[in-house]
Amino acid sequence: MTTRRTAFFHGIKAESPILLGTIPFGLIYGVSARSFHLPPVLAQAMSVIIFAGSAQFVVIQLLNASVPAGIILLTACIINLRHALYSASIAPHLKQRGWSWRLLLPYLLTDEAYAVSIIHYQGPDKSPFKHWYFLGAGLILWLTWQIGTAAGLLLGAHIPASWSLDFTLPLTFIALVIPALKKRADAIAAGTAGLAALLVARLPFNSGLLVATFIGIALGLLSEGGEKKQHSSNESSATGEKQPRAQELTASEGTGMVDTQEEKRK
Amino acid sequence: MITWLLILGIGAATYATRLSFITIFSKREIPAPVLRVLRFVPVAVLSAIIWPQLFLVNNAFDLSTANPRWLAGLIAALIAWRTRNVLLTIGVGMAALWILQWVLH
Repeated sequence: MTTRRTAFFHGIKAESPILLGTIPFGLIYGVSARSFHLPPVLAQAMSVIIFAGSAQFVVIQLLNASVPAGIILLTACIINLRHALYSASIAPHLKQRGWSWRLLLPYLLTDEAYAVSIIHYQGPDKSPFKHWYFLGAGLILWLTWQIGTAAGLLLGAHIPASWSLDFTLPLTFIALVIPALKKRADAIAAGTAGLAALLVARLPFNSGLLVATFIGIALGLLSEGGEKKQHSSNESSATGEKQPRAQELTASEGTGMVDTQEEKRK
Repeated sequence: MITWLLILGIGAATYATRLSFITIFSKREIPAPVLRVLRFVPVAVLSAIIWPQLFLVNNAFDLSTANPRWLAGLIAALIAWRTRNVLLTIGVGMAALWILQWVLH
């Protein structure tokens, strides 16, 4: 039987492997802030007030380059626009919650907390306390980000760049995205979004990320539409029970396809 | 002072972005086509963040041995696919990168 407390701790537990990637990311942020001679209080305050790693990174770089405040604000907004997508995606699951939940949880809606919570929300489990799961995942990530930042600010230059700790960020996302590729359409959306991101990387203010995301979503929808047509024509002759299995098969082919696509680019 | 105001502004904008649709959709039904689109959000965004970090060096496509990240990323992807274990994926991916960096340089 799931209670509020167990849901909360399950959220913490589900988030904890990701913290292995968050700690070094926070460290590097703190180290970079120090190397840019940003006041440590300011750098730590950014982790509390903004609480969005990639935007914080870009902001300290732009502050260091003395870019005008208006441009920095605009850039940060564009980088964070993906959170509007997360907001829309998590919204149906928060409809039944009171306003205090709907004000608190958005503050914790980071990439990492979103990824873990949405998988739980979309999962087969019918627990009525999934918002407690989200809270657990979000709070432990928040705490880790603050500690990582503080540690990076304290350690400063003692962490050499050759350790490549920044690589833990894409690794974390790889670990989250691959198991989420359940259908062929998911793999197509992921593959095309990734390829598109390479092609539009030079667009200003990091806006390429959103362009690539929309391209991936569009192609995912298109391939899903094609799949559905095929399925409905099959359904009249075949038994319905075989369908899920067939879909699982195409799903594993799908992930394989992304890999071969990556390999082809050799 | 201006820096503090800027940070408060970015913080407010970030929170407003995260709050946006949760508030808009709190009272009304979300149309079915919108839900279909939203299902693809996580995989598409995360991939669009991952790929450039693996294949681009200074904004240029690099699949040479001077850039071991794409190979380490590919190994991590295989681990994630076979094991679905986050800890193992990050661990093996980092180890792969360190070994490749050590071998190739």
